[in-house]
Amino acid sequence: MSIDLHNATTFTRRRFLTTGVTLASCAVTVPWFVQGSARALAQSSKGLSSVPGRPDERVLVVLQLGGGNDGLNTVAPVDLSAYHNARPSIGLSASEALRLDPRHPIGLHPGLTGLKSLYDEGLLSVIQGVGYPNPNRSHFKSMDIWHTADLSGVGQGWLGRYFDNQCRGEPSPDPAMGLALGRKTPLAMEGREVRPLSFETSELYRRTASDGGALDSAYDEAILPGADLDPGSPAAYLMRTAMDAQLSGALIRGAVDRTPTTEFPRTALGRQLAMVAGMIGAGMTTKVYYVTMSGFDTHAGQGGVQGSHANLLTQFGDAMRAFYAELRAQRNDTRVLTMCFSEFGRRVKQNGSNGTDHGTAAPMFLAGPMARAGVLNEHPSLTDLDDNGDLKFTIDFRSVYAGILEDWLKADAFETLGVRMRPARVIAAE
Amino acid sequence: MPAVSENQPTQSMRAIGPEAFTPAAARRLLWRAGFGGTPGQARTLSEWGPERAVDFLLEYDAIPYERDDDSSFSGSIVVPLSEQEQRQLARARQGGDEETVARFRARRQAAQREDRKQMASVQRWWLARMIESPRPMQEKMTLFWHGRLVSGYRAVENSYHMLGQNNLFREHALGSFAGLLHAIIRDPAMLEYLDNKRSRKNAPNENLARELMELFALGVGAYSERDIKEGARALTGYSYEGNGFVFNRNQHDGGSKTILGVRGPLDGDGFVDAILAQRACAEFLCWGLYRFFVADLPQDFKRTPGWAKAVIGKMASTLRRHKYELRPALRELFLSEHFHDPALGDEKIKSPVELVVGAVRSIGAPVRELGVLIDALDLMGQDLFNPPNVAGWAGGRAWINTSTLYARQNTLTYLLTGETPEGERRRARGGHPFDPRSLASGLGVPAKDTDLFASALLGHLLGEAAKPLRPQRERLVSGMLREAPGMDGIREAVGLITALPEYQLC
Repeated sequence: MSIDLHNATTFTRRRFLTTGVTLASCAVTVPWFVQGSARALAQSSKGLSSVPGRPDERVLVVLQLGGGNDGLNTVAPVDLSAYHNARPSIGLSASEALRLDPRHPIGLHPGLTGLKSLYDEGLLSVIQGVGYPNPNRSHFKSMDIWHTADLSGVGQGWLGRYFDNQCRGEPSPDPAMGLALGRKTPLAMEGREVRPLSFETSELYRRTASDGGALDSAYDEAILPGADLDPGSPAAYLMRTAMDAQLSGALIRGAVDRTPTTEFPRTALGRQLAMVAGMIGAGMTTKVYYVTMSGFDTHAGQGGVQGSHANLLTQFGDAMRAFYAELRAQRNDTRVLTMCFSEFGRRVKQNGSNGTDHGTAAPMFLAGPMARAGVLNEHPSLTDLDDNGDLKFTIDFRSVYAGILEDWLKADAFETLGVRMRPARVIAAE
Repeated sequence: MPAVSENQPTQSMRAIGPEAFTPAAARRLLWRAGFGGTPGQARTLSEWGPERAVDFLLEYDAIPYERDDDSSFSGSIVVPLSEQEQRQLARARQGGDEETVARFRARRQAAQREDRKQMASVQRWWLARMIESPRPMQEKMTLFWHGRLVSGYRAVENSYHMLGQNNLFREHALGSFAGLLHAIIRDPAMLEYLDNKRSRKNAPNENLARELMELFALGVGAYSERDIKEGARALTGYSYEGNGFVFNRNQHDGGSKTILGVRGPLDGDGFVDAILAQRACAEFLCWGLYRFFVADLPQDFKRTPGWAKAVIGKMASTLRRHKYELRPALRELFLSEHFHDPALGDEKIKSPVELVVGAVRSIGAPVRELGVLIDALDLMGQDLFNPPNVAGWAGGRAWINTSTLYARQNTLTYLLTGETPEGERRRARGGHPFDPRSLASGLGVPAKDTDLFASALLGHLLGEAAKPLRPQRERLVSGMLREAPGMDGIREAVGLITALPEYQLC
C-alpha cells in the first residue's frame, strides 16, 4: 500500500513560466447579491441624510503614516544649530523650509506645499512634540500603543471602544459606523462588539457566484444571524463578517463610484481619500474613516529637500489638499476633521547610511475648518535628549485623543480611553 | 484580536492510539502538516495508523521529488554599478552631463522592469510547487519561515535573492533552527532587507539586530535596548556582493561587547549563539509553530491562554533537548491527544495560500492560471515574497474582513468555474467548469443517497468546523442534490459549501 501526495495532474507543468494574467481585471464580477443587497439598501438608506454640517454628523478621518515618519524633517527646527549639527547631510536649511508661525523656530519640509496651503487657509494645526512615556521603538509595539491608547499596547482599539460605547444597548449597530480602507483592519478600529468594514476597491466588493436565483437563496439561507455558535469562536466571527459584507455591499459600491469634482493625485493615498470623499458626499452615516500610507521607515538614503522622504511627504500633502478641496466643493468640509499620526519619529542624529533610526516624539497634524489652526505646543529640546539620543515628548498623544473625543466626537474621553487625560484643546471654539 | 473562544482542550501530549486516528483525524493532519488532501489520501493515512502517517509527512526526504527546475532564473539581472561606472556617473552628475545620467537611469529602470517580471515567475514557480509537491510539509515549513524570518521583495528589489532565500528556507525547512538562524545572517536578501549591508563600523545600523531578537528569535521584552546596540556592532561587516555573502573585515567592529549576558569580541555567529542560549528562544519559536499549525492564538505572546502555554512549554523542552532540531517537537505535537482534540478543529482560519492550494489538493479543482491565483492571493492579503512588514502576516482573524471574504469566495468560484468576468461582462476564460467525478467517487458513498452523500461531502470539505450548523447545511445540500441530480448538483453543492463562512476554517 502506498500513497502519493504528488499533485501534478491538474495543470500543465510549464504553465507558470508563460502566464501572467492579472486579476485586477478578472476578479471583478457581475450580478451582485440581488436579494440581500436590495434588502440591505432599503434598510440602510433610512439612516442616510443629505443635510451637511449638522454637528451630530461629524466625521473623523484618521490618516496613519506607517513606518515612523521623521518628524524632524517634516516640521524641521531649522533655526536651531543643534538640528544642523545632528543632520549634516539630510538636514533642511532655513531658507528651504516652508516657514510657519515666526514665533516658532520651525518650517515645513519643502515637499509639503499641499499641507502649507491648508495651513495658510487656517485649516491646519501642527501639534509639536507628541509622544508618550517610556517610548517603545518597535514599529509594532509602538503602533499597538497608539492604536489601543494603552501604554502596554494591549486591548481593544481606542476607536473600537468609542464605537462600543456609542452602540451600547442597541441590538444591531450600524455596520458602516467605522470604515477602514485597505486590506488590513487597523487595531484602532477593533472594538469588543463593533468591527469596522474594510475594503480596498469597490469593484471587488461583491460576490461572483451569484445567479440572482436559486444559488443566491441557498447562500442567503446559509448566512444565519444569531447562529448557534460560540460567540467567541472563529466560526462566529466569520459568520458576522459574512453578514456585514452582505449588508454593506451595494451601499458602498454606489457611494464610491461617484466621480469627484476635484482632481486627486494618482497615488495610493490620493485614491483612498477620493473614496472617503465619495462616501462622505453620498451621505453615508460612517463616523470614522481610516486610511493609511506606508513607507516612512527611512533607515537609509532618505534624502533632504529631495529624495525618498521628500516624495512621501509630497504625496501626503498633495492628497490632503485635494481632499479638503473636494470636501469644500461638497460643502462637507466643516463636518470633517482629519487626524494624522505616525507610530514614532526618528532619532535626532542621522545614521551612517544617510537615514535615520527609530526615535520617539514627533508632530501630529489635524486638518479641517474646525481644527484649531496654527502651531500648538512647544517643540521638544534638541539638546536635552533621553539616553538613546531621542526627543523627550512634550504632550501625550492620549491628550490629543481626549481632545478629539470630547470636543469633536462629543464622547466621554475617560470612558473611551480608560485613563484620565487632560484633553488638549485642538478643536476650534464653536 | 480581541475575542478568543472559551475552549478547554486537553493538554495531554500522549500519543493517540490507532483507533482514534480516524479518516477525519487524518484529514485534519493533512491540512495542518500540508495543504489538505483527497478523501482517499485521508483514508490511506488512517489505515496506516498515526505513527506511520506522521513519519511519512515529516520524513519527506524519503519521498523522491524530481527537483523542479529553477535554473532558468537569472542571477544577473540586477547588477550594481562597477567602481568605474560609479565614478563615471558621479562625474556626469557634477558636470551636469544629463545625457549620461539619463543613460544610467534608463539602464537601471530596464533592469528593474526585467526583475519584476522574473519575480512574478518566481511567485508562480513557488505556488506551483506548493500545489504539486509530493512533500507538502516541506513547502508548508518554507511558507512558515517566509512569514517568520521575513524579507520582502519591495525592499530587496532582487528576485534572485528572494529565490535564494526561499531555497534556503526549503533546505532548512525541518532541520535545525540553530543552523537556519546562523544562515539567515548571511542571506543576501535579509542583509539588504534589514539594512545590514549599509551598517558601518562607526555607525552600526540596528535594524537586523533588533528584529533578530524581537521578531525572529526571542520576542519583545526578552532583551534590552543595549543588547540591540551591542548586537548591531556584532553584525557590522556582514554584507553581500553579487549573489553571495561577504564578511567585510574592515567594517567589522571586533571590540568587546556584552550581549544577553555574554561578554567577548562577539561577531554575528557569537550574537546568534547568545540568542540561542536564551531560554526564551525555544519557547518563542514553539509559540510561532503552534500558531501556524494548531490554533489562532492572540498575537501577543503574553496573552496566550494557559492550556496553549502548557503545550508550548512541552514542545519547547523537546526542542531544547534535541538542540533545536524541529522534527522531534513537531512529531510529538502531531501525534498528541492535544493536537487531535476535536475542540481544536474549529480554531484555525486558513491563510490565503492554504485556501488556494488546499482547494486544488482536496477538491481536485483545476489550477487554471497561476498568475491569476497569485494576484488573488495578494487581494486576500498574502502577496507571496511581499509580507506586509517585517513581522510577517498577522494571520488568524486578521486575514478576514468584509473585503477579503469576498475575495476568498470569488477565488473559489474562479477555481470551480473558470469564469473570470471583466468589468460588467461575465466572460469565460480557461473554459470548462470543474469536473467533480473523482471527488464524488472518492467519498465512497453513492450519490443517489442524497442525505448520506451530502453528509460525506460536507465532512470532507468542512471537517469539524461549525458543527452546530451542520444539520442545517446537510438539509440545504441534500436539497440541492435532489433538485439537480448528477454532476451539476454536486458542482453547485461544492460551490455553495466553499462559499460558507466556515469553509475558511481548517
